Amino acid sequence: MNAIIFTAVWGIVMMFGGVFIKSKSTPKYLAIIGLIFILLANYCEIYRGKPFFVIDVKDALHFNSFSLTFITIILACTLLYFLLSGRDIEKVGEHVSEYFSLIFFVLCGACIAATFNTLLMLFIGIEIISIPLYILTGSDKRNLKSNEAALKYFLMGAFSTGIMLMGIAFVYGGNADVASFNITNINLGAGKMPTLIAVGLVFLLIAMSFKASAAPFHFWTPDVYDGAPTVFTSFMATIVKVAVFMAFIRLFEGAFGKVQQQWQALIVIITAATLLIGNITAVFQQSVKRMLAYSSIAQAGFMLLALFALNQQAKEGLVLYAAAYSLASIGMFAILLKMNDYTIDGFNGLIKQQPVLAVTAGIFLLSLTGVPLTAGFVSKFYMLLSAAQSVHFHWLIILAVLCAAVSAYYYFKIIQAIFFKENTTAQQTWDVTPAFKILLIITAALIIVLGLYPDIITEALHY
Amino acid sequence: MLGDSITFPHLLIFFPLIAGLITFFLKKDSIVKVWAFIASLITLFISAASLYHADNAAYNGLTFNYEWLRYLGTSFSVSLDGVGRILTFLTAISFPIIFGATYKNEYKNSNVFYGLMLLAQCGLMGVFLATDALLFYFFWELALIPVYFLCSRWGGEKRIQATFKFFIYTFAGSLLMLVGIIFVYLHTAPTSYAPHSFAMNAFYNASLNHSQQNILFWLFFIAFAIKMPIFPFHTWQPDTYEQSPTAVTMVLSGIMVKMGLFALIRWLLPVFPLAVAKFDHVAIVLSIIGILYASLIAIQQDDLKRLVAYSSIAHIGLMSAAIFATKAIGLEGVIIQMFNHGINIIGLWIVIDLTEKQLGVRKISQLGGIATKAPVLTIALVVIAFANIALPLTNAFIGEFMMFSGLFEYNKWYAAIAGISVILAAVYTLNMVQKVFYGETNALTATVKEVSLNEKIVLAILVVLIFAIGIHPQPIFDLSKDTVSLLTKLVTR
Repeated sequence: MNAIIFTAVWGIVMMFGGVFIKSKSTPKYLAIIGLIFILLANYCEIYRGKPFFVIDVKDALHFNSFSLTFITIILACTLLYFLLSGRDIEKVGEHVSEYFSLIFFVLCGACIAATFNTLLMLFIGIEIISIPLYILTGSDKRNLKSNEAALKYFLMGAFSTGIMLMGIAFVYGGNADVASFNITNINLGAGKMPTLIAVGLVFLLIAMSFKASAAPFHFWTPDVYDGAPTVFTSFMATIVKVAVFMAFIRLFEGAFGKVQQQWQALIVIITAATLLIGNITAVFQQSVKRMLAYSSIAQAGFMLLALFALNQQAKEGLVLYAAAYSLASIGMFAILLKMNDYTIDGFNGLIKQQPVLAVTAGIFLLSLTGVPLTAGFVSKFYMLLSAAQSVHFHWLIILAVLCAAVSAYYYFKIIQAIFFKENTTAQQTWDVTPAFKILLIITAALIIVLGLYPDIITEALHY
Repeated sequence: MLGDSITFPHLLIFFPLIAGLITFFLKKDSIVKVWAFIASLITLFISAASLYHADNAAYNGLTFNYEWLRYLGTSFSVSLDGVGRILTFLTAISFPIIFGATYKNEYKNSNVFYGLMLLAQCGLMGVFLATDALLFYFFWELALIPVYFLCSRWGGEKRIQATFKFFIYTFAGSLLMLVGIIFVYLHTAPTSYAPHSFAMNAFYNASLNHSQQNILFWLFFIAFAIKMPIFPFHTWQPDTYEQSPTAVTMVLSGIMVKMGLFALIRWLLPVFPLAVAKFDHVAIVLSIIGILYASLIAIQQDDLKRLVAYSSIAHIGLMSAAIFATKAIGLEGVIIQMFNHGINIIGLWIVIDLTEKQLGVRKISQLGGIATKAPVLTIALVVIAFANIALPLTNAFIGEFMMFSGLFEYNKWYAAIAGISVILAAVYTLNMVQKVFYGETNALTATVKEVSLNEKIVLAILVVLIFAIGIHPQPIFDLSKDTVSLLTKLVTR
């Protein structure tokens, strides 16, 4: 509860702060202080069991170790994101404080999405995440691409919201004798699904796939990620994405877990399509930013394996994946933000110009590929392990690993450029501070530590 | 007594790791070289000290176990047993030889080069020591990463493409193995904390039925076949060997290919005996096709590095065929031959490297008559070449003899066809010796000088090893006997 209230409150503080604060760099520090405070408050709630607020939410929200650990991860990743990319947020436009405010609102939505217990709260959570993002996408007002991306995102988002609402209505209608939005109260009988609920389930599946950019509902993603200011793409492709996934898995486990057999085949189709489309299209990208957008679709395919499996390992794996993927992607985007040239050739010879950036980028890319010693390996391993426990669809796992091998192809193209190619174009101008380098090193170290001791996170789920 | 503290097998992993990490921070080239050489000598010392205790059954300093991911049933457990002892010793002895023989080679950013080499040694040691399947996979991949960087950074002109192909091939194979490991894991017995276990013994006793084994066999086999490599998974190998810096080629061909053979012995045969009994013919036929095909291509080669690369495919193919024949004598032969092949091929690379360093070429057609100018180099080469074609008195003879015996016991036709490779090996090896080292000198080879003292020492060590094992191979059989008896028991169960 602490995190939900405080993120909302701090969002408002930042919004009004924008009226009074004239300096461009102050909002960043304010945001960082706020986030640290929220993290501490969340920590108190997990380990001391003492929320500051005891509000009777009538079972609309459900807090457990899984959701609270997950909230800690997204808050910690956001903190890292602020520290690494704070200066780049300042460069986007005039309304710096408002940008931070919008990010806090997204976090509030993410916390709700991680803890919802009724379909209405899910809807509210997802919308609180989405609406600020539409604005952030279009925040570079003078850039036509940014405007177009915002419009596209908004239209697609509104469309999927409609589908989601319709799905909720169908589920509620099919459940009329209970008359509850509570996801655990859905009356599925003895493994049989009333037609209305089945239709509602499909609508919800489509809507959530839209939000999570799972194929074949992913087509808005590359354009929106490419058009949005890169610093916000970084936030959208990492923290927001894993939050939506969290909501996705909670919804389907809580509401329809009992009849998993009946919808598992749908998930298999979506997962396979996501893996194939994400990976194959990423191979052909010349812009690293677009490549990361497609690779985020590909990574979503791996996260969908958790939804396919729905067991203890899947949950642990998803939390690990959230941390591993966010850390590596935030780091990679932070480095990308420092470059003038977003093509793969722009990375040529980075090792000579900026060794720290080059080595940490290498670690981030190795983690995204899923090479041992990095958190990316452990999280992928957990996903495969959870999926392998299912008796059906073993081919899906083989497909997943073959796609992981394909992903090595495009991630290693950047590694090649960084370490083995010569820079033939003009020297870049680097706006890199020692503090930035230290933060990158810390992020890379976290990835290695998580790769060696994933128990740090998974044990929290057992407490 | 040397004491427990220096024979812990995990020291063989951690010492090169720490030494490698330190190397990255050294600045001066001369210090880097000395440091890397000394570090590799210390590792050799640890390995030798461990072997000293190998016969002592009561001594339990040769295993190490640390609970790692408890709820998953995996632990950092390493053990020096049987075939692992020999291959860790091969790894330990190869690095000082490689560093010594390439001491004069200059590398840009030598601290990074030597650091990565030591990290590769750490990964290789881990592969040969791990008795936990997940840990094994971990090291299996870790050994690959430094080598990828070494080849791509310091290799020849087409290094980036060649190494990229190598990486993607082996990475894809490894991932299939990972899926296989997960499936076997899900069929193991529970431990006190976890529902299943990754421990080697749990894998050996996993309850897998015939059809499950048949599928899992291929997931593992493809990964290992790519690594060895055997036909038709070998296409990455000649390019990579040719393009890598010679020191790295030595690591790749001398030690790294043994990972695949070792994995067959440690993980494939004992875990899937039913599938091995079903598919052994397929694997042997593939191996034999590889032997003949690679030998014939080797005869045609004009590039020394490519010739040795193809000859290596042929030798590895024979070892793989002997493993799948699953006869005790053949397996003993394979184990000793893994060590011998490592020594011999490193020797060949050293000679090629010394020639290329002086003359700048490695085309057979451009060389000739080196013997008159560099007799010591030539004598060493002739001995190594004899070992390469398994002449009696040299180390490879006993291994090849036993492998052919095992293959013969299994099927005499297979043994006969594979036996053609002995003749073909003599053709390409002796042809190379004759054309490169004998005959008339030309304008280029007239400038050749004799090798320097440290290179002479390295070559002498190799020659001594070749004869010593050739005359008295028993110590190596003693080291590996427990593996062979365990293996024959598991495979025929």
